[in-house]
Amino acid sequence: MQTANVNRLTPYLFMAPALIVMAVALMYPIGYMIYASFLNWNPSQRIGEAEWVGFSNYINLLQDDAFRESLWVTLKFAAIVVTLEMIIGVGLALLLDRNIRGMSVLRTIFILPMMIAPIVVGLMWRYMYHPTVGIFNRTLKSLGLEPIPWLSDGSWAFTSVIIADIWQWTPFIFILSLAALQSLPRSALEASRIDGATPWQQVIYIKLPLMMPVLIVTLLLRLIDAFKVLEVILVMTNGGPGLSTEILSLRINRTAAEFRELGEAAAMSNYLLILLLLLTVAMYLYNKAVEARAARLRAAAGGDA
Amino acid sequence: MPQIVFDQVEKSYGSVRVLPPLDLSLNDGEFTVLVGPSGCGKSTTLRILAGLETLSGGEIFFDGAPIGALEPKERDIAMVFQDYALYPHMNIAKNMSFALRLQKAPKSEITEKVQRVADMLNIGHLLDRKPAELSGGQRQRVAMGRALVRDAGTFLFDEPLSNLDAKLRGKMRTELAEMRDTIDKNMVYVTHDQVEAMTLGDRIVVMNEGTIQQQGSPEELFKSPVNMFVAGFIGSPTMNFMDGALQQAESGLSVTGDGYTLPLTAEDAARLHNATSRDVVVGLRPSSFERNASLPGQVALKVVVAEYLGAQSVLVTHCGQQELLVEMQSAAPLKAGTTETFGIRTDEIMIFDKASGLRL
Repeated sequence: MQTANVNRLTPYLFMAPALIVMAVALMYPIGYMIYASFLNWNPSQRIGEAEWVGFSNYINLLQDDAFRESLWVTLKFAAIVVTLEMIIGVGLALLLDRNIRGMSVLRTIFILPMMIAPIVVGLMWRYMYHPTVGIFNRTLKSLGLEPIPWLSDGSWAFTSVIIADIWQWTPFIFILSLAALQSLPRSALEASRIDGATPWQQVIYIKLPLMMPVLIVTLLLRLIDAFKVLEVILVMTNGGPGLSTEILSLRINRTAAEFRELGEAAAMSNYLLILLLLLTVAMYLYNKAVEARAARLRAAAGGDA
Repeated sequence: MPQIVFDQVEKSYGSVRVLPPLDLSLNDGEFTVLVGPSGCGKSTTLRILAGLETLSGGEIFFDGAPIGALEPKERDIAMVFQDYALYPHMNIAKNMSFALRLQKAPKSEITEKVQRVADMLNIGHLLDRKPAELSGGQRQRVAMGRALVRDAGTFLFDEPLSNLDAKLRGKMRTELAEMRDTIDKNMVYVTHDQVEAMTLGDRIVVMNEGTIQQQGSPEELFKSPVNMFVAGFIGSPTMNFMDGALQQAESGLSVTGDGYTLPLTAEDAARLHNATSRDVVVGLRPSSFERNASLPGQVALKVVVAEYLGAQSVLVTHCGQQELLVEMQSAAPLKAGTTETFGIRTDEIMIFDKASGLRL
């Protein structure tokens, strides 16, 4: 009896080291951040000296125009880049899903942007957007057109940041869509050709619906990432001009480093965390639903066989 | 229902030629079976006919009109795939009506057609299900149903029964045979299973390595194969082949080899009289043997294994160094290890040229 009890504990014993590491490395910082978000805490103070202010950081933030602006910029940014990246990425995948000579080389070139460090991407685009020596404005000038204030005008800066993000992250969607396309059942596509579907009808009625599970996961992954974007924008515009490109991560960074409001920065991080958590839960629920449906289908098929 | 003519149709992938120039005509309203071992080009031929593969040369004619450049949908064909190729995200009704919906047929007509075909195939109660919810046999029926709803002039079947288990395959084969008689369409059926070919085909086209070996009715192919390949491919259990030599004796022409000497019929003797080569291969169907001492041909065989199949048994025997299959009634069991004398119906002996494999 006693041996049996010990035996049952064995797996937990083996898991304990990993669990402890995780608790220290993951739970502690998150708990620390949640605790800090209830404090009025200046970096010069030790955490014990900081004043407990309850939910006032959260309430203040909701009334803070700069935070609301930043949240809006973040939402707008994420929505626009992810939509455009999905359209371009899936579109490219649909176009390039064929046997072209040198396709593997082409595919590697396509995913290169994704592999470059974000800081480098930011620097690269900043130089290309440079008002006088940047390639864009020099090209415009040589064509006899007016130069564009890529990074110095609020709405242009927002557009420029979006273009850079699309350049960097469309390949991610492209590569996953292509993988999804190439795993589609060939014979179903041939059957649709015989049934009289045009290439467009094949895309709409067969390919896209069959790719949907992959596309939804890709979309959620990309959304989660887009909400956390920092480096490229930090290097390109540092949030400016004004607050036009100040996404939440930047705002958090500035609140902590410039305004020295650690409690408020922590509360802001928690808002972002909640937002991402909602997306993650949505993804989890979606996966659950898909699995449950697959299990139901299997059971139904088994019962009739 | 067009008459289909292949005129010097060729197919190559890069430098690999899978189909040398091929001539074939399929008559109106006929059930044609393309049969052959894997890689013989039968599926490629069907896919070219469907328009899923492009032609590398030659042309296909439907009632005299060239169709080689047409898209599959312009050829008025329906096809049943080996893996069924159902659309996994659509329910059965949607699967079956896909082509009609693309043609923008009236809703009432679509519903009516789908229901009629579904009832005919006993899948009427499954219309709301997804393909994944069906068993293999039901999916097979849906695939048939999807082709039938189209009401196309030509039906193509690409090994439609090969993914089913043996029992279900037999059942579906019977249903297909019934369907063949009720539906007056061109049907082209590809299979590697000679039993399917024999039971379903009005006409069988035997292919090997991209070339047509012989075409004709099941009976023609069984009774008068033109070469060793067809003789060996058609019929189950397969035909026995033994090396031999023609010999002129005082009683007439005979063929002799390791462990046997068989007299040939006068008819065969007359035809083979001028045969240039004396080295031949003797083809003997397992069903040509009989335990009958009054038959002209007699041979002593050592029984190695007796495979009991119910009413029939297949004996694996040795004639000299060569293995022979003999089909016998199970009523008089023979023990393995004994040597027995069997009679052979000499009019069923086939003689092939050893070098070319052609029937002499």
